[in-house]
Amino acid sequence: MNPLERAGARPGPAFEVTFDGRPIEALPGRTVAAVLWAAGITSWRTTRGEGRPRGVFCGIGVCFDCLVTVNGRPGQRACLVPARPGDVIRTEEGTGRAH
Amino acid sequence: MRTDLAVIGAGPAGLAAALAASARGVRVVLVDAAPEPGGQFYRQPAPGLRARHPEALHHQWRAWTRLRDGLAASPVRVLADHHVWCVERESGGLTVHALRGPEQERSVEVRAAAVLLATGGYETVLPFPGWTLPGVVTAGGAQAMLKGGLVVAGGTAVVAGTGPLLLPVATGLAAAGVRVAALVESADPRRLLRHAGALARKLPEGAGYAARLLRHGVPVLARHTVLRAHGGGTSRPGGAGRGGDRLTGVTVAALDGRGRVRSGTERLLPCDTLAVGHGMLPHTDLAEGLGCRLDGRRVAVDAEQRTDVPGVWAAGESTGVGGAALALAEGHIAGRSIAARLRGTAPDPGEWAPAAGVRARMRSVAAALESAWAPPARWTDRVTDDTVVCRCEEVTAGAVREALALGAGDTRTVKLLSRAGMGWCQGRMCGPAVAGLTGCEPTPSSSPFARPVPLGVLADGHRAHEDRTEEGPS
Repeated sequence: MNPLERAGARPGPAFEVTFDGRPIEALPGRTVAAVLWAAGITSWRTTRGEGRPRGVFCGIGVCFDCLVTVNGRPGQRACLVPARPGDVIRTEEGTGRAH
Repeated sequence: MRTDLAVIGAGPAGLAAALAASARGVRVVLVDAAPEPGGQFYRQPAPGLRARHPEALHHQWRAWTRLRDGLAASPVRVLADHHVWCVERESGGLTVHALRGPEQERSVEVRAAAVLLATGGYETVLPFPGWTLPGVVTAGGAQAMLKGGLVVAGGTAVVAGTGPLLLPVATGLAAAGVRVAALVESADPRRLLRHAGALARKLPEGAGYAARLLRHGVPVLARHTVLRAHGGGTSRPGGAGRGGDRLTGVTVAALDGRGRVRSGTERLLPCDTLAVGHGMLPHTDLAEGLGCRLDGRRVAVDAEQRTDVPGVWAAGESTGVGGAALALAEGHIAGRSIAARLRGTAPDPGEWAPAAGVRARMRSVAAALESAWAPPARWTDRVTDDTVVCRCEEVTAGAVREALALGAGDTRTVKLLSRAGMGWCQGRMCGPAVAGLTGCEPTPSSSPFARPVPLGVLADGHRAHEDRTEEGPS
């Protein structure tokens, strides 16, 4: 049983967002992090120093590890920001301000 | 906005306090960072997911429904999605500054005669090789994603670390369809028996978790620890980096009575998710910013839950980690105290005797749990020099040890020499690890801000302050 079934979820119709140009499906109410996890994606940032991949760590907005660029705005905490229809989500490289 | 009482945090303590004060005629504004009240413990699925059975992922559901319905029926004003970054003392009261989320570009002010800090706690995670790999999440983070987003990171998880939180996380993930390959607990369950008296009330809860772990076939490895997380493959197209991009498994090993790894017990557990935690710490940034006295890591309060700063109360995990029942009792007492004090009268503690009884019992339970679930001895031995300790600034354990060798005698100097703790999270994640690695007590934060604040917001605040000053004394 998956978590949606377990909680008896009847979400509204899914919408589309893109991650690094690839269309993925999003359920209303989910954060960007939850949408990416549901699509099997667990990393969406590379660190400034070593270029290492990062994704969700604390899941509650404290650690700032899950920073992501949404609609051109870098530095968004994926675990807090709700996904909206048409969101353009991009991997954040380094400071996220190079491009 | 002006009000009598600003409650910061809408978890168990904040909700109980807001309802108790509001029922006694106090105007209450409840400020919370999340889109919905509940805090971490009562975190609800996002409304858009329309969950008909959210209780399936929770326990103590009835307490939540009472609070939720009480809040809906009360005149308490809820400011959701408001991230408080500073509380200031000004003549005639206190001002709460909050960034409106999720963009956090605008700040709003709530002026209040009294403030309750119900800011909760956050999880400690001690570093180990591989802990920065995607797929390694905090135990509380795995639970928050599950409860709030009804989502899990993968199909096979290991839940590891130490502390009571690991039990609901392991059973919660298993109930949500994740194969939990093991619950790896470094503490020795026999240590709990030494506190059997204080913990008697917790026995039914513990037995319930044991039964659920058995039902889901979750093996429990007590006195074991995760030595290393292994990465491989890629978590996104074209993204494979050195060392791999994605958790593929963990090596676990048994510990002896002195916290050392028993040789020959290492084994690999393949998994795509590691949910790891080593206990909770109180959130004290706002209290520290106000100059409230701390007692160790917690905000010091008196029998009425008052801090030593006039007009400022604190309740819940910020005054010592002890769980939801303790937070509810403390919040209730704080709400009643505030209602009386704002009327200029001394409260009658007899009115909250039942809550005070719960508070006393739950504090002794918390003390017993804390000593039974101490972080594993000698954990720092297993942190290799190339292990990243400060995740934000990518500072390794080797760099922290080097700072110590250069003569740093406290965590502040270690920070200045190594940059550990200088990043976005302001040392919340690496603080306990740096303290453990260096043997220094953590230095209280001296930052006036509890979270990163856009410069534009500060500039606006400065202009508003100048405008007020130019208006002359009022």
